[in-house]
Amino acid sequence: MFTKILIANRGEIACRVINTCRKLGIRTVAVYSEADAGARHVRMADEAWCVGPAPSRESYLRSDKILEVAMASGAQAVHPGYGFLSENEGFANACAEAGIVFIGPPVEAIRAMGSKSAAKALMEQAKVPLVPGYHGDNQDPAFLNQQADRIGYPVLIKASAGGGGKGMRVVEKSADFAAGLASCQREARSSFGDDKVLVEKYLQRPRHIEIQVFGDSQGNVISLHERDCSAQRRHQKVVEEAPAPGMTPERRAAMGKAACDAARAVGYVGAGTVEFIADQDGTFFFMEMNTRLQVEHPVTEMITGLDLVEWQLRVAGGAPLPLQQDQVPLRGHSIEVRVYAEEPEKGFLPSIGTLAHFAPPAASANVRIDTGVEQGDVVSPHYDPMLAKLIVWDETRERACDRMLKALSEFRVVGVGNNVEFLGRLVGCDSFRSGQVDTGLIERERATLIPEAQPVAAEVFALAAFASVEAERATRSAFTVEPHSPWSVADGWRLNGALTRTLAFKSGEQQVETVIEQGSRGSLRIDSRPAVGSTRPDGTVRLAWGDAKLDAHVVAQGETLYVFSGGRRHAIQKIDPLLHAGEDQEEGGGLVAPMSGKIIALIANPGADIEKGAPLLVMEAMKMEHTIVAPANGTLKAFRFAIGDQVPEGAELVEFEKAPA
Amino acid sequence: MTAIKSKLNTRSPEYAANHALMAGLVEDLRARTAKVAQGGSEAARQKHIGRGKLLARDRVNTLLDPGSPFLELSPLAANGMYGDEVPAASMVTGIGRIRGRECLVIANDATVKGGTYYPMTVKKHLRAQEIARENNLPCVYLVDSGGAFLPLQDDVFPDREHFGRIFYNQANLSSQGIPQIACVMGSCTAGGAYMPAMSDETVIVKEQGTIFLGGPPLVKAAIGEVVTAEELGGADVHTRISGVADYFAENDHHALSMVRRIVGNLNSVKSPNVAMLPPEDPLYDPEELYGVIPADTRKPYDVREVIARMVDGSRLDEFKTRYGSTLITGFAHVHGYPIGIVANNGILYSESSLKGAHFIELCGQRKIPLLFLQNISGFMVGKKYENSGIARDGAKLVTAVATVGVPKFTMLIGGSFGAGNYGMCGRAYSPRFLWTWPNARISVMGGEQAASVLATVKRDGIEASGKSWSKDEEAAFKAPTLKQFEHQSSPYFATARIWDDGILDPAQARRTLALGLAAALNAPVKETRFGVFRM
Repeated sequence: MFTKILIANRGEIACRVINTCRKLGIRTVAVYSEADAGARHVRMADEAWCVGPAPSRESYLRSDKILEVAMASGAQAVHPGYGFLSENEGFANACAEAGIVFIGPPVEAIRAMGSKSAAKALMEQAKVPLVPGYHGDNQDPAFLNQQADRIGYPVLIKASAGGGGKGMRVVEKSADFAAGLASCQREARSSFGDDKVLVEKYLQRPRHIEIQVFGDSQGNVISLHERDCSAQRRHQKVVEEAPAPGMTPERRAAMGKAACDAARAVGYVGAGTVEFIADQDGTFFFMEMNTRLQVEHPVTEMITGLDLVEWQLRVAGGAPLPLQQDQVPLRGHSIEVRVYAEEPEKGFLPSIGTLAHFAPPAASANVRIDTGVEQGDVVSPHYDPMLAKLIVWDETRERACDRMLKALSEFRVVGVGNNVEFLGRLVGCDSFRSGQVDTGLIERERATLIPEAQPVAAEVFALAAFASVEAERATRSAFTVEPHSPWSVADGWRLNGALTRTLAFKSGEQQVETVIEQGSRGSLRIDSRPAVGSTRPDGTVRLAWGDAKLDAHVVAQGETLYVFSGGRRHAIQKIDPLLHAGEDQEEGGGLVAPMSGKIIALIANPGADIEKGAPLLVMEAMKMEHTIVAPANGTLKAFRFAIGDQVPEGAELVEFEKAPA
Repeated sequence: MTAIKSKLNTRSPEYAANHALMAGLVEDLRARTAKVAQGGSEAARQKHIGRGKLLARDRVNTLLDPGSPFLELSPLAANGMYGDEVPAASMVTGIGRIRGRECLVIANDATVKGGTYYPMTVKKHLRAQEIARENNLPCVYLVDSGGAFLPLQDDVFPDREHFGRIFYNQANLSSQGIPQIACVMGSCTAGGAYMPAMSDETVIVKEQGTIFLGGPPLVKAAIGEVVTAEELGGADVHTRISGVADYFAENDHHALSMVRRIVGNLNSVKSPNVAMLPPEDPLYDPEELYGVIPADTRKPYDVREVIARMVDGSRLDEFKTRYGSTLITGFAHVHGYPIGIVANNGILYSESSLKGAHFIELCGQRKIPLLFLQNISGFMVGKKYENSGIARDGAKLVTAVATVGVPKFTMLIGGSFGAGNYGMCGRAYSPRFLWTWPNARISVMGGEQAASVLATVKRDGIEASGKSWSKDEEAAFKAPTLKQFEHQSSPYFATARIWDDGILDPAQARRTLALGLAAALNAPVKETRFGVFRM
């Protein structure tokens, strides 16, 4: 067994690997980019080395630097986590040459599975069932179109070197094929530097079921059962579970065997995942093999009681697999959700900012949180915006769903947009609860899962008002040396009467005025109903308001109060009439960067008269383009940034003068 | 320290009766206060709001730090005067926190007679300035007033304590380093124009605030010039051309935010020179005071029961417990601030006067603020007492009260009659604040005594001329005096004339005192130099 390893990753997976290392008494070496100097994985590791600036290709993808660190720090092995260098054949090779163990499969296995078309050819030989398709080298558009016609529509065009949902197009009919192909190739070229594609039959309402396999250097390969990852949006997994709903022992055995055959075909050692696409009737086809630890591995750990990272470390150290196939446990049901910093309402646009408040539910034997961030950390545009994985376990799927819903209702994030509520609706929706999950579920039920903003209930505004009043009372003056001045007791005390005033709140388009009445003996009425309650520093609010008993959390960030109640997060803006009093109401607005990113195009000409809605410039953030448009008719006075500039969220992008009405 | 052990039986019928009576008085007080707090008529208020202006009290609430206490002064001034048409004397005054600093706020209420100055308005304004001066509180004037109320100009304009004194005070307060900040949110005409002009810094609201010595009608009459109010003295003119004002505000909210910024830049730090403790609630609920005060004013009770419901931990370290027991003296804390208490527990004798003078000397020496709890029918009378020199000992107490340099606070918790009022720091002895409880009575002597004195004189005259005077005739003679005293000794009569700084719900006495005490400590506690004590 190793005594010191380097973890060539960041975020939750680096932290998760460190946890197992700590358990096994293995010292850990973290690497980090300049942007991650204060990150959780850096704080957790025994030592940490900076490997370059924020962009991944200058830091986490710098295999040379990482190997230097491995050698300099005396690490015997490198755990690559997932993403970054985890499936990089060159890096695995370089490790081997440097005499450092790469905790992953042999280089040959990575290479064999690295090209999707080559992998499929190999699988065909190993008699692993494949989706009808064309995986050959002939990339002539007309030929590929013929192949698609042969397979039958709809078809999926996929970048051979692709992954992570990028470089995929579904084509419904032959006439659309050429356009879809061109688009797919463009994206493949820009994302992977290789525009080679394959064409496959596109299954209607397919399910994504994958088998966790493990091989050792003695040639043993076993399956650790399946995971169902059908709940996806834009081909990215959002919810994963094990076992798969409706799975029979026979099919599990068949899929397990197929997966082990696939692994054996490439001489697989270590943790790997064989992904299948399954039709509603249960027939399954090989899709690809991921030669690394998967994001969603915890659900397998929860139902088997095993620590897959520990297995990886043992197997990489040359030990045989600790269990035989028939010894692998399968107990209960586990569900994982991926909590992302993103805005489901805005097409899942990634969200960037500082985690002003980050409070996952309490961990227990049944609730697990894998995260790489803590309150106060910055979610930067440089990396994957996943905040945490929330994993639950229970005896049955139904109970696991309930547990997940409860845990999500307790998950509070302020500072970045996030998908917590969306996940709650997804796990709670009828289709999911009844196990009717396929990869199209989220798109199909979009209206239910991402509903139009609902009017905020009066109780929520009462909670906001109560929290505001309590916050006033907690405010201390900086101008006095008296520690206990009665003037500092900001309870609105009035001589022989009550302080009655109006607090104004806004939530979306909804504006509400709340009348607060503070009596001389500490009594409080909110909109004429008596309010008695308490707050705690963590934001917990308990409020008896008239007949209603309310439990919530209220977290203030700037002028916004985030009210967490009933599993929902309400952003309530408190309108302070003095704060912005006198500010020019005529300013354009909407001309600030919606998120931090890079300026990639300046479209309008400075000095030109612009019509409302005309594009002014384009920003790129998280590999997506955002066009900034004129908020009104007016004149573009100047750009404040040039092409290539990195701009922070909220930065004024242009000087814009609104035309007189 | 020793905690007072209350002997109050909160289950006795007597307690219940007392409580019910006081609760009724407090209910009446609250109702009157709430009515006055509305300001002018509904129509006047709607017109005011319709012009985009905030009501006077909303201006004050918006100006203060969110949730700040507001210790309003003389809220029932002019109550029952001028045909009862000038609620709160058309003005809100009081102390509140702005940017963490205790400030004195004076806000005209334009919904009441256009915010014009009645005699009581002037008195209320001057009293507020006096409080600012004594306690070193920055002054914020929220100006919205048509100036002097012309029909009563003779009681408003000419005398020493009349309108001109406002500006005299502004100049002198400023000279003492007490900031003078004006916010012109409406008219500011004639003499009133000096209010912003005499201020250290002035904000004016666009299209609302105007400042001019003579308004458009007067200008037209005097020199034939036709000019709009805005051209004559609007916000634009005064911030851009004349320099009479310094800050141009878009609206009331903007103006108030500017005033807050001005206060935020005062660079003043309060440094109270008293030894403070963490505050502690009394052991007994202050609301029990309702049941402490006997419904029958002639019935004696132990004033320690009152003290026990006002001071921290109900603790009183009594001084000279065994001597002069009709006056209770002792050291206590209120909301963590030290205070010396002088409280009547019966009529004043020589011993109690000497004890009081001695205790005040101690507080003066140690710079401990003083609280007087007044419930006094007077000094003892009669040959024995006069001959042994009660006037001499009473004079010692009055001298001590008058000249001690520490902040003094007076509460009229019962009767306040005759020289007892002097010895117990009545209004004439310049307590920093003087508050009255709703059960209190104030007059030179009791109505019955006054009527009897007058009747005795009358009877002596009649009987000297050999005539007789029947009991019925005497009763008829006494009735008007009794009625007059009853009417004039009412706390509402007193507070209307600003003989006090307000009537208090006894349950709020502790908090009010704490706020007053903390406000008073904005000024350093002065050295004491007593006058000659007649020995």
